[in-house]
Amino acid sequence: MINRRNFLGLAAGTAGAAALAACGSSGPEDKSGGSSGGGGGAASYWSLSGEPGEPIRTAAIDRFNKANPDTKITPTFFQNDAYKQKIKTALGADQGPTMIWGWGGGGLKEYVTSNQVEDLTDWLGQNAAVKDKILPSSFGAATVNGKIYALPIETVQPIVLFYNKKVFEKVGVQPPKSWGEIMALVPKFNEKKIAPFSLGGQSRWTNMMWLEFLLDRTAGSEVFDRVFAGEKDAWSDPAVLDMLTKIQDLVKANGFQKGFSSTTADSNADQALLYTGKAAMMLHGSWSYGIQKADGGNFVKDGGLGWMNFPPVEGGKGDPSNTVGNPGQYLSISSKASTEAKDIAKKFFSTTLVDDEEKAGWVKSGGVPVLKNSDSLFTGDDAAFLKDMSAIAGGAKVFAQSWDQALSPTAAETLLDNIAKLFQLQVTPQQWVDAMNGVIGK
Amino acid sequence: MTTIAPPVVRTKGSSSSSGGRSGSGSVTWMALPAFVWFVLFGIIPLFGVLFLSFTTWNGIGDIEVTGLTSWKAALQDPGLPHALWVTFVIMALSWLVQTPMSILLGTFLATSKRYRELLAVLYFIPLLLSSAAIAITFKALLDPNFGLGAGLGIDALNQDWLGNSTLAIATLIFIVSWQFIPFHTLIYQGAVRQIPTSMYEASQIDGASRMRQFFSITLPQLKYTIITSSTLMVVGSLLFFDLIYLLTGGGPGDSTRTLALEMYQKGFQANLMGPASAIAVILVLVGLVLSLLFRRLGGRADESQLEGV
Repeated sequence: MINRRNFLGLAAGTAGAAALAACGSSGPEDKSGGSSGGGGGAASYWSLSGEPGEPIRTAAIDRFNKANPDTKITPTFFQNDAYKQKIKTALGADQGPTMIWGWGGGGLKEYVTSNQVEDLTDWLGQNAAVKDKILPSSFGAATVNGKIYALPIETVQPIVLFYNKKVFEKVGVQPPKSWGEIMALVPKFNEKKIAPFSLGGQSRWTNMMWLEFLLDRTAGSEVFDRVFAGEKDAWSDPAVLDMLTKIQDLVKANGFQKGFSSTTADSNADQALLYTGKAAMMLHGSWSYGIQKADGGNFVKDGGLGWMNFPPVEGGKGDPSNTVGNPGQYLSISSKASTEAKDIAKKFFSTTLVDDEEKAGWVKSGGVPVLKNSDSLFTGDDAAFLKDMSAIAGGAKVFAQSWDQALSPTAAETLLDNIAKLFQLQVTPQQWVDAMNGVIGK
Repeated sequence: MTTIAPPVVRTKGSSSSSGGRSGSGSVTWMALPAFVWFVLFGIIPLFGVLFLSFTTWNGIGDIEVTGLTSWKAALQDPGLPHALWVTFVIMALSWLVQTPMSILLGTFLATSKRYRELLAVLYFIPLLLSSAAIAITFKALLDPNFGLGAGLGIDALNQDWLGNSTLAIATLIFIVSWQFIPFHTLIYQGAVRQIPTSMYEASQIDGASRMRQFFSITLPQLKYTIITSSTLMVVGSLLFFDLIYLLTGGGPGDSTRTLALEMYQKGFQANLMGPASAIAVILVLVGLVLSLLFRRLGGRADESQLEGV
């Protein structure tokens, strides 16, 4: 019943946390791990639940299991935040799945340094046909120290500036083409009691998107590259102070809706503000389109939703084609899995995950697949959006990974914490820089 | 806190109900199941945490014993004194709001009258809901854009309840009180009912007013109940996690980040299990010290409150 590993999980947390771990003691591997089926084998796969991803993921696994009756992949789905905790606890207790779904970047790097995931470099070298089917820019976040540890899957998700066309019409203004125009729009919307921007500030990474774009537009992608490389005092760039001041100016000018710091993105309350016309604009990941379409009634269908790449900043050095976001989702193979399970996973990687049905499934959900040559599939209602997203992702001189995914979890937590304080005006730009310099390279 | 402690008011004829003392050895085994669970899920993890606080561990890789590194990191973090401060502010304010309300309501409900029994049932309802459900409901109601204020068009209700540092603490205190006053009311109601009526009768003969009776008889007789209820409130407030996590996530900024949240954030979000365990140990110590303190306040255990009755 209570084996040593579960115990470790229990000991890891206390009080409230112990309850979390206790809930997680029944590893779903129990269902699939027992390779009792003679001849064939079994592998497990953990990923995120919910629309629009889950049905497509389930369909892929069903397809694979049907085509390979001897073997079986068993999927288990978790909610986003629950998954992040669960996968950590499970890997720490050696109860992880064969296939580990993730966001690449700093999180993947931690798996690599803990020897949790397989090096796929050689395998991809031998199976060049698989690698060729995937957008090269998506491999960056799968690479740690020059080696590839995950297969890019699913969709490319740049962050874009969404806006409510009806609200712009009502107020009689045009979408902003520069940072100056953004600041000029703020009082105009506030006058009409419409929030200029919707922001799910309690989720913190939502605030971070503003920093990512503003820093890129003012100083280019090099500043964050230096932080990422662990250079000492890399945040002490005048462009960073300038960017932080701009953000606080926007907060002080009531650029975000009332109560933005208690609005959560998980509940889609930020999306609701935009499609109900209570807010005029929103900086968000491209997946927002699917949510607006599903929750916003006829809002998207009637052409109410507009989108664009983040506008340039006057006198800024950054390339306005640059974008930030998720260059893909990532699937790794556990180094602790049996050889048999690893082989099944590799077969899944080289067949089902790169087939045309997989590509079509993600396009249908309103996403741009990481698989090449999908533009011809962009038809129907979503064609305009998909084409634009594909153009932004493909045309970007630099497609940077979101900071919190790129950095290690420890540094990311400090970053998000300080960003929340910045938006709350609890820290000055200089204090922010000092605090962040303290965790560079950690 | 889910343990329901019996009121500590002692009656003279304590032979049957509080029999543990006279019954001695023969029934000790009855404590065994509870004891085993307590050791398994209380004591052993506690030592696990103590051990982890002397290590460096990201939750996934190997556990490295690194001596005092994690303790140093935890104690030097400016987040710790802040979290302690927030914890104590919430503890003190929620005690200050809950105690007088619970005593008054408990005394009010102690008299058996039909309508008061009906009220007692109504007051009890918040206790039936889980903290998570309460948090989600209040979060929706208090939303400045889609909540109660916006829905009913009442501007006074349309504040930035959870997004303003001061208001967020006040709102938390309100919700915590809303949730737990029923429980403490119940304790006080039971305790007031145990006060011998002869005391009130005697004071009535002496011409004491209702007010005088309350302050000179009811309140002193409730001394031990106040201590029990306060211990539960204070130690319980150390453990507020679900409510705060769902309502504010410790925000805005770090305005409502208590020790428990600080621990969670360090351990499960920043992957620093060592410092998180150190905070957990501090949390346990604070809890222990507080409950010992309250026991001291209770005075000698054999002190009688009913001398001369």
